[in-house]
This record gives sequence, C-alpha cells and structure tokens, in this order.
Amino acid sequence: MSVETPDVLVVGAGPAGLAAADAARRAGAQVVLLDAAGDAGGQYWRHLPAERPAADERVLHHGWDKFTALRGQELLTDAQVWLAERHDDRPPTLHVLVGPADGNERTPRTFAPKALVLATGAYERTLPFPGWDLPGVFTAGAAQALAKAERIAVGRRVLVAGAGPFLLPVASSLLRTGAGVVGVFEANGWSRLRKAWTARPAELLSTRHKAGELAGYVRDLARNRIPYRTGTAVIAAHGTDRVTAVTVARLDPEWAPVPGTERRLDVDAVCVSHGFVPRTELAVSAGCGLDAYGAVVTDENGRTSVPGVYAAGEITGIGGADLALAEGVIAGLAAANAATTSAASTSAAGTANVGVTEEQRRARRDNQRFADRLERAHGIRPGWAGWLGDDTVVCRCEEVTAGDLKAGAAATGSRGLRSLKLSTRAGLGVCQGRVCGRTVEELLHRHTGGLLDPGRTASRPLAAFVRMGELAAANHPEESA
Amino acid sequence: MTTTGPARLGPDADPVRPGPTSPITLIVDGEPVRGVEGQTVAGVLLGAGRLTWRTTRHGRPRGVFCGIGVCHDCLVTVNDLADVRACQRRAVDGDTITTGEPQ
Amino acid sequence: MRVIVVGAGIVGAAVARELARAGAEVIVLDRSASAGGTSAAGEGNLLVSDKGPGAELDLALRSLALWQGLLPEIAESFPSIEYEAKGGLVVATTEAGAAALRAFAATQRTAGVESSEVNGLDHEPDLNPEHTAAVLYPQDAQVQPAIATEALLADARRHGATVRQGVEALGPLRSGDRLTGVITSAGPLAADHVVVAAGPWSGEVSERLGVTLPVRPRRGTILVTTRMRPRIRHKVYDADYVGAVGSNDASLQTSSVVESTAAGTVLIGSSRERRGFDESIEARVLSAVAAKALVLFPFLSGVAVMRAYGGFRPFVPDHLPVIGPDPRLTGLWHATGHEGAGIVLSTATGELLTDLMVGRPPTLDPAAFAVDRPTLLPHLQPA
Repeated sequence: MSVETPDVLVVGAGPAGLAAADAARRAGAQVVLLDAAGDAGGQYWRHLPAERPAADERVLHHGWDKFTALRGQELLTDAQVWLAERHDDRPPTLHVLVGPADGNERTPRTFAPKALVLATGAYERTLPFPGWDLPGVFTAGAAQALAKAERIAVGRRVLVAGAGPFLLPVASSLLRTGAGVVGVFEANGWSRLRKAWTARPAELLSTRHKAGELAGYVRDLARNRIPYRTGTAVIAAHGTDRVTAVTVARLDPEWAPVPGTERRLDVDAVCVSHGFVPRTELAVSAGCGLDAYGAVVTDENGRTSVPGVYAAGEITGIGGADLALAEGVIAGLAAANAATTSAASTSAAGTANVGVTEEQRRARRDNQRFADRLERAHGIRPGWAGWLGDDTVVCRCEEVTAGDLKAGAAATGSRGLRSLKLSTRAGLGVCQGRVCGRTVEELLHRHTGGLLDPGRTASRPLAAFVRMGELAAANHPEESA
Repeated sequence: MTTTGPARLGPDADPVRPGPTSPITLIVDGEPVRGVEGQTVAGVLLGAGRLTWRTTRHGRPRGVFCGIGVCHDCLVTVNDLADVRACQRRAVDGDTITTGEPQ
Repeated sequence: MRVIVVGAGIVGAAVARELARAGAEVIVLDRSASAGGTSAAGEGNLLVSDKGPGAELDLALRSLALWQGLLPEIAESFPSIEYEAKGGLVVATTEAGAAALRAFAATQRTAGVESSEVNGLDHEPDLNPEHTAAVLYPQDAQVQPAIATEALLADARRHGATVRQGVEALGPLRSGDRLTGVITSAGPLAADHVVVAAGPWSGEVSERLGVTLPVRPRRGTILVTTRMRPRIRHKVYDADYVGAVGSNDASLQTSSVVESTAAGTVLIGSSRERRGFDESIEARVLSAVAAKALVLFPFLSGVAVMRAYGGFRPFVPDHLPVIGPDPRLTGLWHATGHEGAGIVLSTATGELLTDLMVGRPPTLDPAAFAVDRPTLLPHLQPA
C-alpha cells in the first residue's frame, strides 16, 4: 500500500469542508475530500439518501441552494480517519479505513497531504439530569438527524429543552415530521438573552438573515401554539423502561433550579441540547493547540499551531453554518496556496497573501461576532449541578454516578483527572468520554479543588473503532519524509 | 396503533413529497423487520416502533441517544460482527441484526 | 525524621507508606497529580513468570507476599484495587520457543517460581491450538495500577504522610556536602532525607538535585478493546516477552501480552522502544502489537479496539531497580528504575528502602540494587 500525497486533504464534508475543498480546487490544488458518512452535507445539511428521493426536501433546510452548488465535488465517502500520526513540523499522516461504518476488513488508505484542512465539526453537549439515560431521551441533534435523514419523528409528545438557538430548528423539523411538540424550553432567562442579542445592533446587520431564519422558526411555534419558555429546564425524566414524563423547573440566572417551581409534564420523548463540543480528536492528535473552550486555535487564515494544518468550521469555535462556510473558503485557499507554492515563497508571503478577498475576510469577522453573542447569550452556567442527585448517571457508558465521582475524589484525595477516571471509570467506556468528558472534568474540578491535568478528556488517539484484524493487516509503509 | 414513541408521516402527508422507495428486510433477533433502502439500521428499528435494543451492564435499556455516531449507545451486532453503531451503519437487505450483549 | 519523597506514582506511594508506618514524617511531592504518569499507563502486572533467578526475582517474590499482606489493610473505605490472582499462561509458538520456555521455567523453579506445563486449551479455550507449549504460573496476579497507587497513598496519609500535588522539585537545599531538603515550586522544604521516586523522570529530578542517574524512558503502547464476555482468563503472553523485557535494543520490539480486566475490556500489549518522551501513537506500532496478539487469540480479529495509549517505563541499562542511598550525596536516596515491573516491585522496594533508612536489618540483600553496583558504575558520572 502506498502513501497518497495530495496537495490538500480536507477531512469532513459539512459546510466548512465543502467550502474549503471547493475553494482549494478553484485555486488549482489537487484535493481529496473525505467524510465518514455516506454522503456530503455534514450534520447541518444531513439529508435523505439517494435511494429516497424527495421533491421538496429543501423545506427542511436553510441554504439548500448553497449545498446544491457545493455537493457536486468528488468525495471519498464512508472514509473513517482512525489515526493522525503527529509530525509537528508538517501535517500528520492520516490512516483511513474505507467501508461500511464500524465494519471489518475495510480498505486501508494512508495520506500524507502537503496541507490538511480539518473540518470535523461538532457534536452536542448534553448535561446530565436524573433519568437522562432513559430511552426516549435524545439529543436535539438526534431528533434533527432522524427527521432529516430518516423522516422519523422521535415521539408524538416531544419536549425540546436546553440552551441556544439550535432548539428552534429542531422543533421545526419535528413539526414537519409529524411530531407533536409540547414546548421549547430555553435555560437562559430573557434578561441575559436580551442583553446579549440587543447590544450593538449595528454589528448584527451583516448577519441579519439569521434573524429572519430565527423569526421563521418562531412563527412555526406560534402557528402551532407551542410555548417557548425561557429560564426553564428539564431537571428530571421519569419512567421505567422509557420516558413517560419530565419534571421542569424555573432556573435562576446561574442555572440553579428554583425550589418550588417544579411541575410535571407527560411526554414520550425529550430532546436536549446545552451547546456544542468541537470534534477535535484529529486536531489534538496532530498537535494543534486548543483554546479554553476546547476549540482549535487558528489565525485569520485558518492556520493552526502545526505548520500545514488548517481548521475551519465548528472545530474552531461554535458559530453556525455561515461562519463555517466563510472559514472554509479562507482555510481552503490558504491550504491550496501553501501546498502549491514552494516553502520559501510561502514563508515569504507571510500571513497576508493567500488569495483571500477582503469580502471573504469581512464575512468571517461578521459571523465571528455572531458566534461571540451566541456564547454570551446561551453559554452553560454552573448552577446546573444543582439538579443532579448522587444517583444521577453522569458517564452513560460505564454508568458512573455523580455520587461516585464525589466519593472517588474524597477517597483518593487525587487532583488528577487521569487517576480519577481510572478509579471511577468515568469516561472509559465505549464513547471514550465524548459525551460526558467535559461534565466529568467540571464536576471533578469542583470536588478536588482544581484538577492538575485538565483537558485530558479531549485526547483520543484512536478517532474511531478499529478491528484488531484491520490493525494487524494494515501494512503500514515507512514514510519517505 | 401505538400512540407513543417514534412516528412517521404517510407519504401523502410528508411535506418533502417523497418519491418511491425500495423495501428491504432485516432479520432482527430472528424476526423479519421491514425498512426501505437508504435507511440506517437504527432508522429501520425506530421506524418499526422499536425504541431500545441494548442493555447496559447494569441491565438498563438503551437505544438511540445522539443519533450521529458519538455516544455509542445504539451498538448492535451486524452479521456476527459486534459493536456496530446502528445510527451510522447503512442497512442492507438481508442483514442479520443481533441485539443485546454481544457473545 | 522527615523525609521528602519526590513522585506520587506507585513506587513513591509504597515508599511513603512504609516510611510513614515506620514512624517517619513523610511529605510526598509530585509536580502533577498522583498516579498520573507511568503508574496510570500500564496493565498492573504482578508477575514473577517473566523473571529469571536473581535479585529482581527475589524482590518480586517478596513483593508478591507483601501485596497479599497489605490487601486487607488498604481495602478499608476505598474502591477495590481489583487484585486478581489469575495466574499467568506463557505460550510458545515455535518448537525452539517451546524448548527455551521449558528450560527457563526449570531454572525459575529452583528460585521459588511455581509453574507447570499444561495443555493450553484446558486453561484458555480460545487460545490458538497451533501453539507449541504452554506453561502456567499460578503466582502471577494483577491489580488496577492507578487505584492501587491511590490506595497506597491513602494508607500512607492514614499513617501521617502528607501528599502535595502540583508541587515540583526544582533544586537542592544543601548544607556543606549534605542534601538537607528540596527547593520546590512552593518554596524551600527541609528534610533529613530525600527519596527520588520519579519513575522515568528520575534522571531529570536527580540532576536537579545534583547527581546524574542513567534512567531513561522506554516507550510502551497498549490497545484496549470494547467490553466483551470473559473469554481470556489469565494473563497470557508469548514466550518472546521475556527476551524483549531483557533487551537493551533501543528500536521497536513487540511481544504479545493479552488479558481481561475487571471492567470487561481486554488489554493488549506490548511494545518497547527507546525514543525519549515522544508521546505520539504510531500505526506501525499498533499494527505490530495487534498482529502478535492474533497469533495467540485468533478470535480477537473482529474485536473492536476503542483506545490506544502509551506510557514510559523507567529504563536502567542493567535492568535492575535502583534502591538505596546515593553515596555521592548524603541525604539523597533513590527508588526508581523498575522498568515495566514497578507495580509488583513497589511494595518490597518500599520495605527495603525503609529498612536501610531506619536501620532495620534488610529483608533482602541491598547490594544488587545499590546505586554504585558494578554494572551501573560505568553509567554514573561524578556529581
């Protein structure tokens, strides 16, 4: 097996990756674009498979024309990157298995690109609450994915709850898929939302189409008489084998439940989202620096801390599809420029001349401001731990409870995340801490008086399952670096 | 008719105006379960009204949680290969699906 | 008597516990958190099967006895350390390997290592039937090494020790020719004795305190599978393992070590490679480790690997731990260089070092572990 050396390798075919690959191709670079899924689109443009054509699929989407324009590119599908081998002075070597998801005997391919664009997106952060491990409790993203790609509504009486504008399109998708939505509950109160969204309105002018989008969702809710409540959260789900009801409560501005405000609602599904976590396995393995939110740090050209590695979209900070598209174009151009010009002229060119127009840079800046507001308006506040009981599962895979974490920290006296993970098994299960990692870190941080090795839950050298036989058979070539 | 759980719109009621589909059949724990081509294994199971198909070490039922391949709650055995994410694996006509703990 | 122990891994924890139980005032320092380095990165081997007759085996046999004795003492109010006397099964896959394994087991028996040649399939039904010999070592056992480290530290604290995490040893406090303490990131700290138990970082710490010590990191990588029903009952490894452990070669060596954990996952090792503190995970290493494991257990072929992690063993050129006072600097002691055997050897290391420090007659002859032993002397430069 030989090592493939494209000019630019783009990992992830969501908005950022599609835009990056398209821009790099237009700039004359030889590009490989790959995605673990069977089609382009990522989570944002998740859609029905080719085997299930639909005449009006666009009613479920925003920016469908943009997607239609970008999706025609050559794309390596069902391609799972499972390892990025770090080389500090240049992009990592990527080991890829191509074939059915989690399959066996998939086809190995190895890439040592001249430039790499990581556009691996994000997934939801879901805070634990009593009963969140009951069937019928879903992430809001699951409801969205099942609606868009399967035309399945997760329930008939569905509550959508958590924080952030993403709750609104999820409710709309549910309605268009035949679900009844009993309410949309935003954890943050009006005063915080108003302060963040109405300050310096001029800044938002360039992104005002987003306000139109949101207004459309709100109209959907109003037309169906669905309540949108702020300062309210699901603090427990009830049922034996599946969720049958939830307890909701008012929250104070720090997200602590206000005693006496609890009430019970009958539901058959709950969709929860408290924000997003950048999907940074490959970036971390490649050696890219992260910021305090766990997002990949980039400069104005999308360059990470590793030479030749670029990042775009949600892994650089949660900002939505428009920002992802803008960042993708810039990172794609910069990567193409770096890969197709000699090393000497690249360093001479410095940061400025990578073929990015001022208009493209402005689009990025405008959307960045929108992303900052998103965090100010909807970011998680620490009071949520108030709705945990000692028996509330925090790590779903290993069924480690909030009480187990407290007891583990007390018994060991350790201030080490690594040690406490090993002694409690939190984060060591099949999802490898993807779901609970940040929550476990936050809770242990409180119980230990400060962890001395934070951030460890972001490190997952294996980015996906690999079968032992696939590992053994991989005839890994020595590189001719 | 169940009145709770996963739901689907009939083709005439679906605003996306779906075109024709091709039926497939999976063998789930020995029983045939019908779906359509292009669905994931999780899609077929949910579409058939099944909400859970795995139990944890402590005996708690699990099905789809994140739906995008992150949480690994929905693992099934496909054609004797354990630990396959049902929400990520495209269903193929005739696939044998085994739920519960892998042997 | 006040003693500073630098390093809150398993060896530092065991040393601190023994010293505290002997009445010393003990302060454990670690620049990071407890059980965060080598002790958290291994399989938790308590092995005698991989050791030939000699000083290290004597230390291991004594350690095993101490482990069994301390289990009830550290069990109180603590998570289980997952001690399991599961036994080791060493498997040869060639005729030459079978002969070598039988000869090795015979010499071990003269030194107190119990073993018997068995039908491998009786003990491991899923073992590759193509193997040429299998020897069962009933004394081999396993613990969860991070929990074991924390349990030893917790017991040390019960006996008055203090554990200060996030405090780094920066330099020596000296009075004339004598080490009188440590300058730390939290200020100077006086002590009668300072014990360096910093695993693969012991060379660096020793240098800060004023002496050289030839301890270098030897990289290892482990694969972790998803949980499965229990199919692997013992610690099973191929007979090449003994050769790889004892090798001085810096290049990559792999041999197969396969075992189940209490959590239901299977740990698959092992690789050895000297390349400094390079933390990268490489496909060629994972591939080699996986290929060897499939020779032992072909059924693993379809099993999903969910994690790979690496760690650093404290390597010393003559493959023996360094335990005892440093003749070059009064007040300085070492408890390091256990390579891949630190978990098992920690208990007797703590005992021996305490014997020497408090003037008890030592249970074992300390000469083989002395800093200035003939086989290590060429590697020591004058302080």
